Amino acid sequence: MELLGKTNIDFIGMRKISFIISAIISIVGMIGVIQVGRGAANMGIDFSGGTSMQLKFSKPISIADARTALHKNGIAKADLQEIKDGNKLLVKMAGAAVGKPSEMVQTAFKKEFADNAFTVESSTEIGPSIGDKLRKDTLIAALLSMLGIIMYIAWRFDFKFGVGATLATMHDCLAMFAAFYLMNKEINLMFITAVLTIAGYSLTDTVVVFDRIRENLHKNLKGAMNTIFNDSINEVLSRTIVTSTTVFLAAISLFLFGGEVIHDFAFALLVGVIIGTYSSVFVASPIVVILENRALAKNTKTA
Amino acid sequence: MPKGTGWRISLIGIFVLLSFLYLTPTLVAKLPTWWSGLLPKDKIHLGLDLQGGTHLVMEVDTQKAVEGSLDLVATDLEDTLNSKNLRFKRISRNGFDKVSVVLYEKGTADTVQKLIKDKYPSYELSPTFDEGGFVALTLRVSDKDAQDRKDKSVQQALETIRNRIDQFGVSEPTIQREGINHIVVQLPGIKDPQRAIELIGRTARLDFKMVREDISPTSGTIPDDAELLKEKSVDSKTGAVTEIPIVVQKKPMITGDLLTDAQVRIDSQFNQPYVGIEFNSLGAKLFDQVTAANVGKRFAIVLDNNIHSAPVIRERISGGSAQISGSFTEKTAADLAIVLRAGALPAPVKIIQNVTVGPSLGQDSINKGLYAGLIGVLLVVVFMAVYYKLSGMIANLGMILNILFLMGALAALGATLTLPGIAAIVLLVGMSVDSNVIIFERIREELKLGKSPKAALDSGYDKAFLTIMDSHVTTLITAAVLFQFGTGPVKGFAVSLSLGVIINLFTSLIGTKVTFDLFLDRGKVKKMSI
Repeated sequence: MELLGKTNIDFIGMRKISFIISAIISIVGMIGVIQVGRGAANMGIDFSGGTSMQLKFSKPISIADARTALHKNGIAKADLQEIKDGNKLLVKMAGAAVGKPSEMVQTAFKKEFADNAFTVESSTEIGPSIGDKLRKDTLIAALLSMLGIIMYIAWRFDFKFGVGATLATMHDCLAMFAAFYLMNKEINLMFITAVLTIAGYSLTDTVVVFDRIRENLHKNLKGAMNTIFNDSINEVLSRTIVTSTTVFLAAISLFLFGGEVIHDFAFALLVGVIIGTYSSVFVASPIVVILENRALAKNTKTA
Repeated sequence: MPKGTGWRISLIGIFVLLSFLYLTPTLVAKLPTWWSGLLPKDKIHLGLDLQGGTHLVMEVDTQKAVEGSLDLVATDLEDTLNSKNLRFKRISRNGFDKVSVVLYEKGTADTVQKLIKDKYPSYELSPTFDEGGFVALTLRVSDKDAQDRKDKSVQQALETIRNRIDQFGVSEPTIQREGINHIVVQLPGIKDPQRAIELIGRTARLDFKMVREDISPTSGTIPDDAELLKEKSVDSKTGAVTEIPIVVQKKPMITGDLLTDAQVRIDSQFNQPYVGIEFNSLGAKLFDQVTAANVGKRFAIVLDNNIHSAPVIRERISGGSAQISGSFTEKTAADLAIVLRAGALPAPVKIIQNVTVGPSLGQDSINKGLYAGLIGVLLVVVFMAVYYKLSGMIANLGMILNILFLMGALAALGATLTLPGIAAIVLLVGMSVDSNVIIFERIREELKLGKSPKAALDSGYDKAFLTIMDSHVTTLITAAVLFQFGTGPVKGFAVSLSLGVIINLFTSLIGTKVTFDLFLDRGKVKKMSI
């Protein structure tokens, strides 16, 4: 079977539109990152420190009731969230000390909902010092893996490709931040893991396209840059789509059937796969074309 | 058979065999007896997120350990000077790294100085100086010794915690030191995490101190050698807490490190549980002396700076056993006995991270994770079979080999499978297919150029090789960094991902290629099913 025969789409020509779209995504993503930096985004307690509990009640419970119950018992600030199946309630309290809050929540619910027994399915308490350490470690991890990848690409290709690949990868990471920021989903360690995974995946995708471009550049030294790039992208297009489809299939089954614990993680992967595919075609290559053309123009001027 | 096929097939065969060998302990509940010995026994451990349990990170307040040892030096000096009839005004710990000694005359100061130099050569001794008309000098613990003490305290705390957990009864606990002053404790499948946490985190410093009836707790001025502590009692019916302040002698008569045993017993009269304790010979002798000298007076049983009870000494107690009674339940009495047996922590610990997953959620996660994984694999298998026909099936075979090898490798390393680890495996499914897609698309291109199946296959693999290498190396870089900096679940993800990438490189470049070679070699295939 073949989904696509020989295609001849002018991807590079569409760069004006794609750059505008990407710019918007990137700006939203940057706002998201800034909000994360300021602590204004929906931060997971693994970074902010605090307590998060998942409770399973025997009967349905409304968030409003739960909130009043907590208020009555001296817990003023708690973030409550309902999990659709099975009367589950997520309670999140930022920046609190380890030990006390989870007990307080349990006593409050035991007192106020005496006829609605519950079990604690999971509870996570993280002290502020750990949160700080994790944030620092994560930042270092993100920077190091970026640096490693850029150095590898710069070594395997050349600087212009390195720039294109780096910008495209950053674009993908920003897009994931944008999606999570707009949907007010929690930024936690799992999300960062997903971002780094997608950074690797998107690079793979970009590298495959770049490989073909390089090969064609060697074969055809005289052709116009735009044509060579377009041809290369078209040649590997069906691979790009097939691979994305398979990864997408795997990720969507995690998203739909993997359970609430990895739901957001799978969602981040889905967003990342789509955006990573888009960026290797519409972002990475056009940037290299622009850089190559500029270099050529300079050369002809000096010559 | 084409050249070089033999060794490649044998290599795959060996790997398949090894994978099954290593997976056996994981898959088979009870290994036959002949298995143990030479054959592997490690199995894939399930992370706490999958089997339920508690993950704790504790911080040891190492500074307190240094202060504690300085307190000991101060008491020891007091005793020594007293026994030598050297008069002093005050000896006490000063700040976090010094002991100050205040004396009445210059003459004694010289003797004391000499004595200290002999007894504590590693301490830095200041020259004598004047302090409000008295002669003073200070001992400072050297930085190296302080560091040593801190290091030892973490090691001791680790041992003590390990003892407590062993006595509490948890199967396969992990207790590790992390960094300078952190201890990581993992308790898989624990039923009552709150109780375990209280048991582990308690300092459990036991002191017997005389009550100073001569000083009123409300007087506000308490002499240097006494301290104000509180006796807390909880009414078992109303739950109301009452606190009675009591002034006690600062210096303990007997401390908990002189204990040899602690057991829960039941009071036959009131049917109340209590903790019976046994002293070692030194403790027994001390206890005998103290009780003989203080009949009719009260002493306080002080646990972690709270007075547990303050009974009156009715008669001399010899024989070295005593009992701690109070409003215990059987559980609290048992826990107290455990911590007293295992010994006190050398310094207080603070729990700075506590992740607890209930067993039901863990089971739910395994089920859903496996279910999702299975569906993901199935979708990809079907897609590949439809899109690439027979070649797609070869890719699928490669993918299954991938999963098998990865599981085998995880088992061989005794690695821990976490939920993100399952996610990584599912992701690997997608990526494993990717290498084959890159190759197949190349082969299709070569076929379109009119090459024979065999030639198309070879040049397809050749041209795809670099691309595949590049894409795998970039993923490996990310995985390596995640492994270095990640904790818990993220580390599990990184392990699965990096192993998967390496294994995938092998199966896609050697595994599937050899299958193609075999197919194409037999009977000169005219057309390729791709």
